[in-house]
Amino acid sequence: MAKVTMVEAVTMALAHELEHDKDVVVLGEDVGINGGVFRATNGLAQRFGEDRVIDTPLAEAMIAGMTVGMATQGMKPVAEAQFMGFIFPMFEHIVCHAARMRNRTRGRLTCPLVIRAPYGGGIHAPEHHSESIEAMFAHTPGLKVVIPSSPSRAYGLLLAAIRSPDPVLFFEPKRVYHLNKEEVEDDGEEYPLDMCFVIREGSDVTLVTWGAMMKETLEAADKLAEQGISAEVIDVATISPLDMDTIHESVAKTGRCVIVQEAPKHCSLSSEIAANLADQGLYDLLAPVKRVTGYDTIMPLFKLEKKYMPTVDRILDKVNQVLEVS
Amino acid sequence: MTTVASFNIDYLQYLTPNGELVGDKKPAIATDFEQLKSIYELMVLTRTFDAKAVALQRTGKLGTYASCLGHEAVHIGIGSAMAEQDVFAPMYREYGAQFYRGVKMSEVLLYWGGDERGSNFSGPKHDFPWCVPIATQCTHAAGAALTFKLRGEKRAAVSVVGDGGSSKGDFLEAINAASAFQLPMVMMIVNNQWAISVPRKKQSQGRTLAQKGIAGGLPSIQVDGNDYIAVYTAVKAALKRAYEGKGASVIEAITYRLSDHTTADDASRYRPTDEVENARQFEPIKRMRKYLTSQGQWNEQLENQLLNTCKIEVEAAVEEYLNASKLTVDDMFDYMYDELPHNLAEQKAYARAMEEKSNG
Repeated sequence: MAKVTMVEAVTMALAHELEHDKDVVVLGEDVGINGGVFRATNGLAQRFGEDRVIDTPLAEAMIAGMTVGMATQGMKPVAEAQFMGFIFPMFEHIVCHAARMRNRTRGRLTCPLVIRAPYGGGIHAPEHHSESIEAMFAHTPGLKVVIPSSPSRAYGLLLAAIRSPDPVLFFEPKRVYHLNKEEVEDDGEEYPLDMCFVIREGSDVTLVTWGAMMKETLEAADKLAEQGISAEVIDVATISPLDMDTIHESVAKTGRCVIVQEAPKHCSLSSEIAANLADQGLYDLLAPVKRVTGYDTIMPLFKLEKKYMPTVDRILDKVNQVLEVS
Repeated sequence: MTTVASFNIDYLQYLTPNGELVGDKKPAIATDFEQLKSIYELMVLTRTFDAKAVALQRTGKLGTYASCLGHEAVHIGIGSAMAEQDVFAPMYREYGAQFYRGVKMSEVLLYWGGDERGSNFSGPKHDFPWCVPIATQCTHAAGAALTFKLRGEKRAAVSVVGDGGSSKGDFLEAINAASAFQLPMVMMIVNNQWAISVPRKKQSQGRTLAQKGIAGGLPSIQVDGNDYIAVYTAVKAALKRAYEGKGASVIEAITYRLSDHTTADDASRYRPTDEVENARQFEPIKRMRKYLTSQGQWNEQLENQLLNTCKIEVEAAVEEYLNASKLTVDDMFDYMYDELPHNLAEQKAYARAMEEKSNG
């Protein structure tokens, strides 16, 4: 079994599906001979040919529109938005067409497409390269929105995304693309797209997160363990549709919950999780739900990005607040 | 300075507004009277349907409706030139093309009557539904065309935008994609002179809209959009190129929107009525009737019979529409995903329970 990084796991999943399903094609800017700016499609054009791994003209709306067109005609296109910040020209096609196609044609046409986009801050990137806008897509009915936080989940979730009969937005936390290596078997086993993953079991507090923030959250859990506090850590993974059952179950056990996200606070996924806990889990809670988030500011250029993004200290601060309530 | 490239835009017309056949090389369709008569019949049926749909909206039996009055030649020209296996990516008023392809009149009424079942066409199952966001259908058609090319299928995609739609990025990006990938595709611009209240000249100072295709290296022409024979011939030729792997074409069909933009619009606010009256002398149905009559293929008796048949057919479609089974709250949920996610299943159960409660 190979030890791979997250970005290598993405490539592995793409290669697996290209190999096993002739309807799968990969398309986007620089995904061909260059293998993608993050090398997520490294070697795929050479291996599967330029008819399967397609370099497109530089036009994001066109990429999304053609992806919709291909998906309705029986292909399973996997498009790359080079960075999440460049996804906005695609937004109209995702919201007005991909998400609606099955419903508005009563199932006559469907949109089994994937749009992948690296996202999030922390790599000293230029303007428009560091935002976290996953909530905009989670708010849109008809989509599935998936965010891996480890190489094995990147592999298993991307396989499931490509095989999904519905459109999937697959956001890859680029800050942790190369962070850890993990043994991932290229066995074609997909992960479910309708559940959260309990990454670490605990009994005193539930930490809910997704994407790159898993790193800081696990570090915080380690520090808490040193103090004798047992934190349960949940990777939401599929942020839409949202599996609240797993989160409720955990909070029923711990009575305390802190949600950690890189995105701004207002109208975000953490808002939705907190609202659900207030609605369905209030009597399980021993303390108010707290959130550790990016600020409701423009994502700063990189000199300030570390001040913007949640840190282990900010997580511990909120955990201490919920633990103080007895 | 030297010229590195030069271009011209041809204009194609076979039938004059007086119904006279002109041009040096006449296409076979020009004298295929059996086919032309059936096309004429569909044009009249489409117009009869259109008038009825507007009347239904005025009497509260239909929602906002986009009329196709005056577009019958261009729409049916497109539809009848296409093969069934081709894919059509319309905007939202190309009923004539869709009727030819097998979409039912009752389906058009269902759609504008606020019922998603209207887009579940009886016609080609692979055709795109109506596309209200302007011009996005062009890149969808490009994606379909790329699919056909990758699979080595002898099929093409046909997209339609208006003069307003030709200003949009998706239209221009689709031209570029069609060029870059050499796609089997035909991009129609149905230039009816008005994008709601904005006249053609405010969309672009370009002498033609067809020339936007030249920028992508695509063969691009103008046709008389009120001349069925010209539209059919141009689209047929463009499709032939597409099937032969020679790439995409752009066709600008010049016509006139004789109606309001939709039933929610009042065109008298922004365009003079004498302009509309003047445009009527160029309209497509009168021209085709004059031609068929001059060739001894049509007469008043046939015309009266046809009007009667069309009325009966449209009434039957209206009945079918009005008698469609009632939608339930389940219909909101059941087509969202292949499998209903648990959170939606909960909302569906709640919606049902509330419905039962309110029904006592």
